[in-house]
Amino acid sequence: MSGFNFAYLDEQTKRMIRRAILKGVAVPGYQVPFASREMPMPYGWGTGGVQVTAACLTPDDTLKVIDQGADDTTNAVSIRKFFQRTAGVAVTERTAEATIIQTRHRIPEAALTADQILVYQVPIPEPLRFLEPRETETRRMHALQDYGLMHVKLYEDIARNGAIATAYAYPVKVEGRYVMDPSPIPKFDNPKLSNSPALQLFGAGREQRIYAVPPFTQVVSLDFDDYPFEASKAPHACDLCGDPGSYLDEVITDDQGGRMFVCSDTDHCATRQAAGHRGRLSPMEAAQ
Amino acid sequence: MNAQALTGGFTEAPLQAAIGFRALLTALSRPGTVMTLTGAQPVAPLSVAAGVAALVLLDQTTPLHLAGAHDCPALRDWITFHTGAPLVAAEAAMVAIGTWDALMPVSRFAIGTAEYPDRAATLIVEMPGLATEGAMLRGPGIDGTARLSLPEIATFRANRALFPLGFDAFFTHGDRLAGLPRSTSVEG
Repeated sequence: MSGFNFAYLDEQTKRMIRRAILKGVAVPGYQVPFASREMPMPYGWGTGGVQVTAACLTPDDTLKVIDQGADDTTNAVSIRKFFQRTAGVAVTERTAEATIIQTRHRIPEAALTADQILVYQVPIPEPLRFLEPRETETRRMHALQDYGLMHVKLYEDIARNGAIATAYAYPVKVEGRYVMDPSPIPKFDNPKLSNSPALQLFGAGREQRIYAVPPFTQVVSLDFDDYPFEASKAPHACDLCGDPGSYLDEVITDDQGGRMFVCSDTDHCATRQAAGHRGRLSPMEAAQ
Repeated sequence: MNAQALTGGFTEAPLQAAIGFRALLTALSRPGTVMTLTGAQPVAPLSVAAGVAALVLLDQTTPLHLAGAHDCPALRDWITFHTGAPLVAAEAAMVAIGTWDALMPVSRFAIGTAEYPDRAATLIVEMPGLATEGAMLRGPGIDGTARLSLPEIATFRANRALFPLGFDAFFTHGDRLAGLPRSTSVEG
């Protein structure tokens, strides 16, 4: 770890990020502006999450990094190696062993604990951005709690598609005050945002925003009385571990229409397989 | 400037600041939790916990208000040498340190604006004692209810009524620290 300050960033930068995180915690769901730094990876590769993680890491932490639930994809592997090299922290792929989990677009299947911090990588932190492009206007809308436009958008979904078609980055309201973008997690994960024992921090590097959901905070997915929110997933069980309840990725296996569904959370799937659970397409046991 | 001002800071700043920040983060995100902080030996009358919090939070970009007995030459020198934070009046402060009586009236401090509620002061309140008893707390970060020995109730209820505006507070005694964000509802 020579040649780097602990966790890569200089102390002045970490102080600035830490102050922003504390204000984010004090006003749940409000996006705190911060002076995002250039990182040795491009915007869009999790620079916001990386800066939040760098500001929170201590030498005693055990870090887990997931990308769409997987520990073994490019983004997850490179960020994990980055912090191994610049902070010398222990890393793990086991959700239960991690103290800080940086995630891109998933919440782990395993229930989080009070000893864990979940750091989200966020591309577009402003939930109103695609409805109103001007920052001055969206800022005023948050100040006035003027969220009618978001309900119009959800209503138009219903008018056109017969249901709320938003499947990811589904907007939520935090503690009855701020409408927040939960980052592009599938709406299947939305219920896990609410009342979690773990602290949840959100970092958007290019957009220079940090926000937070403290533990045991009420997070409600926006909906209508006659079209209630539904946490949906593919109606299958995992083909490798047989779990009927986990969030699934669809994998195309040939050009004849063949496909399989597997858990998007690789640690959850591997843990279940190690415990003897089998799915429709599990390889036959060698011993049989 | 006396020589005492030059000692008592972090000896391994990156690691001690990281550990100190995690304690502050836990305290503020879980009101009613009392954390223990170490790593700084500030000059009197600053407590160890408040000293660590100052070293974690303050630098040249954070105007600081020292209130009452804390506004003494020894502490001004110590803060200036270790953090470089400009010392200002209460109205201009991002962070303020003092006893509760010295910080009153807290209406002097920034509470943020409707469009930028983050532009609010953080008060570091030096306490004669700190315990998880007394005022009942509810809100984000608390599973049901928690208790904390607050210096009073009415001011914090008024502060909660301003939400999302309002100041945020840390309470310190010796090497112990607790947090109270503006989002917490306080009952007697």
